[in-house]
Amino acid sequence: MAPIISIKGLQKTYDSGHTALHGVDLDIEEGEILALLGPNGAGKTTTISAVCGLVTPTGGTVTVGGHDIATDYRAARSMIGLVPQEISIEPFEKVMNTVRFSRGLFGKKRDDAYLEKVLRSLSLWDKRDSRNNELSGGMKRRVLIAKALSHEPRVLFLDEPTAGVDVNLRKDMWQLVRELRADGVTIILTTHYIEEAEEMADRIGVIDKGRLLLVEEKDKLMKSLGRKQLVLELAKVPDAIPASLAGYELELEGNRLTYTFDTTAESTGVTRLMADLASAGLKFTDLSTRQSSLEDVFLSLVDEGQQKEAAQ
Amino acid sequence: MNWLAIGAIYRFEMSRFFRTVTQSIISPVLSTVLYFVVFGSAIGGRIESVEGVSYGAFIVPGLVMLTLLQQSISNASFGIYFPKFIGTIFELLSAPMSFIEIVIGYVGAAATKALFIAGIIMITASFFVELNILHPVWMLAFLVMTAVSFALLGFIIGIWAKNFEQLQLIPLLVVTPLVFLGGSFYSISMLPPAWATVSHFNPVLYLVSGFRWSFFGISDVPVGISLVAVAGFFVICLAAIYAIFRTGWRIKP
Ligand SMILES: Nc1ncnc2c1ncn2[C@@H]1O[C@H](COP(=O)(O)OP(=O)(O)O)[C@@H](O)[C@H]1O
Ligand SMILES: [Mg+2]
Repeated sequence: MAPIISIKGLQKTYDSGHTALHGVDLDIEEGEILALLGPNGAGKTTTISAVCGLVTPTGGTVTVGGHDIATDYRAARSMIGLVPQEISIEPFEKVMNTVRFSRGLFGKKRDDAYLEKVLRSLSLWDKRDSRNNELSGGMKRRVLIAKALSHEPRVLFLDEPTAGVDVNLRKDMWQLVRELRADGVTIILTTHYIEEAEEMADRIGVIDKGRLLLVEEKDKLMKSLGRKQLVLELAKVPDAIPASLAGYELELEGNRLTYTFDTTAESTGVTRLMADLASAGLKFTDLSTRQSSLEDVFLSLVDEGQQKEAAQ
Repeated sequence: MNWLAIGAIYRFEMSRFFRTVTQSIISPVLSTVLYFVVFGSAIGGRIESVEGVSYGAFIVPGLVMLTLLQQSISNASFGIYFPKFIGTIFELLSAPMSFIEIVIGYVGAAATKALFIAGIIMITASFFVELNILHPVWMLAFLVMTAVSFALLGFIIGIWAKNFEQLQLIPLLVVTPLVFLGGSFYSISMLPPAWATVSHFNPVLYLVSGFRWSFFGISDVPVGISLVAVAGFFVICLAAIYAIFRTGWRIKP
């Protein structure tokens, strides 16, 4: 199936001379949730802005549903809903009016029944006659989401939707994202909360310094880069790690001995380690394993990228 | 044409206007009354008539033009500056709209508001002087063309402005003086010849003159030239807006 969004060699150099994107290639499949993960200034917002028409790319092409965003922008843009990172909203308008306005801007006929559904799903229905500046920050963000959904987009961009948002809204938001996905809406989100990318996304793209370091199915990413750790609580604190165990990747902290291993390797070495521990006379009282989080994965990727850059 | 989108902008802008309609009307009506008191009574007592028209009636087209220019510029410049200022312009840029549609929405609404207020001014004026309009269709044509052209100028100012001071700058520093010096309250035939010549470089002269002609059939410059001047101004503004949207100047990095 052709990707719903296809980004090829996307480049952006701002007027300041700063290059925010160095040729990004990314295909987004219809119906998936893709998380763009990267530190501040990585180029996430620039990427989204270029696709949505807020920033003029200095190179590359983007198509949405097969429509080029430059030459066929009407068809391309009418498929997209955008929830920006910053909360920008008409302060003196009523909620329902702003949402109606958004629907109109996208050339859709007035449909208050549909908008009611959207507002209800965001717990905004009771607030439909409130002015936007009377709402709390979290409520304003809901209004922004309602505006983005007002024209029934096929693709939804959420730029850091949970930054500075309370737990309730975050939960509601993820619930909504799941429902939208079930309706076949493609969702691209950026987030600082790695657990969320881990929890929500089907695929994860890691971006840093304007370069997409990788895009991978989340599960595969976890598997291929996921390393596991075996933590042993030792009965007695040894002075040092015995020389006979020098071949293992071990770390000693107090009575806690941590062994890091690769889940994809042919042999994890756990059995052998146990035997070697016994012969070294080390006894343990407890053991546990833990999967490295996406955060570790991410950090190691960014590290790698930096090392590569330094080597060049 | 995405008429639904144009309509959405137009309605949105008009509803903003009618929310504060009393405010929007009071100030122009009050200043019109003041102009009549100051110019009409004080000066009108000395100047009985200009080319056969009573001075009080003579200044009405100038007054209407003054308000029309100020209103179309300020409505349009604020209309587009505000979304830029609060960031909601992102939605306009991400909407499936061409620049011409965005302009029609904002400029159309700004011109409508300005015309609405111009109408109120004329009604107010009719309480002070007797107004006989010689060429009502041409009068309407001049009103609409002027309102639209200067709303286009206002739109450009709104995109150019980086803060509220700049937003006020051009209307205050350029437009208002030009209106006062453009024969709004006198006929340039009353000026010394040198000043009369200089006045011909003032574009507002052509507007006021043409507009006054539609009322009384008298004018400082031939009405054909006035029409060409308004049309020329309209085209220049449209070209500037085309360039702005093509390059994304001050709206799109
Ligand atoms: N309008 C702009 N002009 C100049 N530089 C910009 C502009 N917007 C963003 N940048 C720069 O581009 C880089 C990428 O920014 P951005 O895409 O916002 O990153 P992210 O969303 O990943 O935090 C940053 O270094 C930022 O300072
Ligand atoms: Mg960002």
